[in-house]
Amino acid sequence: MLFLSQIINGLQLGSIYALVALGYSMVYGIIMLLNFAHGDIIMVGGYVAMLTIAAGVHPILAVILAILACVVLGVMIDKVAYAPLRSSPRISLLITAIGVSFLLENLAQNIWGANARPFPNSSIIKGSAINIGGVHIGNTAIVTIAVSLLSMVVLTFLVQKTKRGKAMRAVSEDMGTAQLMGINVNNTITFTFAVGSALAGIGSILYCCTYPQVSPTMGSMLGLKAFVAAVLGGIGSIPGAMVGGFAIGMAEVLVRAAGLSDWTDGAVFAILIVVLLFRPTGLMGRPMTEKV
Amino acid sequence: MRQRVQIPMPVRYLINGVLIVLLFLLGQVLISTGVLSSYYQKILLQVGVYIIAAVSLNVATGYLGQLPLGHAGFMAVGGYTAGIFMKNFPIKGMPAFVLAILLAGIVAGIFGIIIGIPALRLKGDYLAIITLGFGEIIRVILLNIDTVLGFKFTGGAAGLMGIPKYTSFPIVFICVAVTCLAIHTMMKSRHGRAILSIRENEIAAESCGINTFYYKTMAFVASAFFAGVAGALFASYLGLLVPSDFGFMKSIEILVMVVLGGMGSMLGSVLAAAVLTIVPFALQSISQTVADYRMVIYSVLLIIVMIFKPSGLLGTYDFSFTRILEKLINRVGIHDGVAKKGEKSR
Amino acid sequence: MSKMVPVPTHSYLPERDVDKVPILEARHLGIDFGGLTAVDSLDLTIGRTEIAGLIGPNGAGKTTVFNLLTKVYQPTRGTILLDAKDTAGMNTVQVNHAGIARTFQNIRLFKDLTVLENVLIGLHNSMNVNLMESVFRLPRYWKQEKEAKEKALELLSIFQMQDLAKYEAGALPYGAQRRLEIVRALGTNPKLLLLDEPAAGMNPSETASLMENIQKIRDSFHIAIMLIEHDMNLVMGICEGIAVLNYGKIIAKGTPEEIQANPAVIEAYLGKKKEG
Repeated sequence: MLFLSQIINGLQLGSIYALVALGYSMVYGIIMLLNFAHGDIIMVGGYVAMLTIAAGVHPILAVILAILACVVLGVMIDKVAYAPLRSSPRISLLITAIGVSFLLENLAQNIWGANARPFPNSSIIKGSAINIGGVHIGNTAIVTIAVSLLSMVVLTFLVQKTKRGKAMRAVSEDMGTAQLMGINVNNTITFTFAVGSALAGIGSILYCCTYPQVSPTMGSMLGLKAFVAAVLGGIGSIPGAMVGGFAIGMAEVLVRAAGLSDWTDGAVFAILIVVLLFRPTGLMGRPMTEKV
Repeated sequence: MRQRVQIPMPVRYLINGVLIVLLFLLGQVLISTGVLSSYYQKILLQVGVYIIAAVSLNVATGYLGQLPLGHAGFMAVGGYTAGIFMKNFPIKGMPAFVLAILLAGIVAGIFGIIIGIPALRLKGDYLAIITLGFGEIIRVILLNIDTVLGFKFTGGAAGLMGIPKYTSFPIVFICVAVTCLAIHTMMKSRHGRAILSIRENEIAAESCGINTFYYKTMAFVASAFFAGVAGALFASYLGLLVPSDFGFMKSIEILVMVVLGGMGSMLGSVLAAAVLTIVPFALQSISQTVADYRMVIYSVLLIIVMIFKPSGLLGTYDFSFTRILEKLINRVGIHDGVAKKGEKSR
Repeated sequence: MSKMVPVPTHSYLPERDVDKVPILEARHLGIDFGGLTAVDSLDLTIGRTEIAGLIGPNGAGKTTVFNLLTKVYQPTRGTILLDAKDTAGMNTVQVNHAGIARTFQNIRLFKDLTVLENVLIGLHNSMNVNLMESVFRLPRYWKQEKEAKEKALELLSIFQMQDLAKYEAGALPYGAQRRLEIVRALGTNPKLLLLDEPAAGMNPSETASLMENIQKIRDSFHIAIMLIEHDMNLVMGICEGIAVLNYGKIIAKGTPEEIQANPAVIEAYLGKKKEG
């Protein structure tokens, strides 16, 4: 029974990681950038939800506002910081992303203070735990898993079946050729950032409901781990990000259940290193070759 | 025919040697006469530590062209090595400290090999990620190793306390000078050229018979070694180490110095490390609010530099006093009207 | 490793090389990329001092052959004997140490380094000072640096480029960049030099002097040279043996005269063949 509830915990955490990892993976797939700022978009989403609810806005509206804020922020970051560097060396782009991440974290610290603040999770997900065959399953866990799965289904549909999705896949395959085929590359990139950031927004709310507090650096570790999940699954691969997310979530819960909660962060990175050594492109990534 | 005056090598070394000694004496005089108060001396020591950290990261980032994100991890290894050694070594005093600095470099270098051999098989982003992972793992280990060992070793979250404080101006100055000189002489040799060739074009380097993996590891280990030295000086400067001093943020802070100064420029790293270490103190003395926004300013600067001058403020330019002398002599002396456009300034 | 000495079987080997062990002997060489066969059952023999040509329409797989010989790609099938030594299991670096140097179709110079530094990197393995000797500037460092610099300038003088030594390689004109790549490759002291479109982007007079210099290099270094080139004047002018590649397979081998008369070659080049 204890085992079953650990599985539920793992799924809950894993689905959040998967949502965030999707954002990393989509952006990487399209402009080959590790968007270090992705985790901090999550942090901003958390603060927006918390502050708007505190200001008396209806929780559902607050959630929508938070997701919208993430989308706007994500797109803005791309337009202001990344777009001018499209043709620059990748290392410059990566350093810029680190700079943006740094900026958001420190701005948040200056505006909202360095300390963690409580998050009004009970006003978003109501109701109590349900009991199935003696196993208590928290309401938050059910909502988190359900919302995440639903989001992933919608995303898969979006990428596989719609015109926009087809454009996204084309651009990530070959930006130059896609452009020649009449695909508006800039719009497609913007769209990718918007979708990735929306997923980050959803992940943000779910994360804050699971661990009810917000702090300027909350996105940093969450982002890093989701990022590990994306790499683990094979960065650039959407199913890979989902698998990686669940794998990291499960691994973390299992390490904790084994009484080694101090070592979870270390364990996550150790898994990453082992995977990278044996499958440098992750579980589902494609190998990259350089034309000579 | 061009008749340009070239200062012969031994003279160049002499000039540079004299310059270093003069700088050192200047520092000593300023300190002994009390012009530099103990507050300023402390800043000066920090500047030295960060110069070593930045110059060493520049080897891996600027010269080798990789982006390791766990440099603070090597500093941590060096710092803790030196701290633990000095606390337990029967002999105290300066000799023990010198030994500790060397040991810190060596242990950090060994970590460089352990981390480098797997990490350097990967490229670009993957190398960044894996070094980030290693940096975080080092921090987690420092934090929790005591519970596994069952005795006090690193001191956990409370930190490693009571490290003898020997870090002083002369030793920091010597370490900075030795670090810069050693890296300079390494880079101006076949080893350094091999490292640069990997940055420039790895496939071409291989087809020239350069064992790229060997030289990548060499650069990485040199980088780790001197980061360890910086860590040792840092440990003995503070007298107290906590794992959270060496997180991802610290690695980024050092990276910012290297990038702003110009990847591949030692002078850039030195200047950026000095300026970025001094600025916060200066801001603090002006106003606390401005000082609070230090990190915000850093990050905006980083983004702006990347967008408008991705090669950093100095590019790959490196300072050479003797070259400037040569130029002056040539300007005063013979005017050779040869266009110097495109001529390399290194 | 068995010391097998293959018997040269190809009539086009220059007479002076016929009785000697060929510098390169490729047998049934092939590579597949994800099920697609890019090069197949390739047999090649290059004499010790031969200037050989590898020609063929665009996309025939010529550069892939170079990449196979230098182990940038690992062959799926076949063997490569370099000076009668099997190169199986070697990587690019080891193949270079064994005696193959090359240039690249899309120039791969060390652009931000000086011309001299580029050549010195080619000379890397002719020096053996260790790291400590370099860092502490011991006498051997000075001696070898001086020798290497002299050697580099001497190599550059083949193309009258010694005065460009201090300039950034990336700042050179296109033709000079191609020549610098050849000099850098020569620095590694090869037995076989592979040139991938050495005359691309050069004007006729540059090409003419390049032809002279290629012959000069072969004569003074006593090495074999194999080149990929689209300029038929150059190929027919200096190559002693020519292999024609189409769709990854050799469709003809022989002397320039034989190749020009070969119907299969004419067919492969149909519409492209301008000069005879």
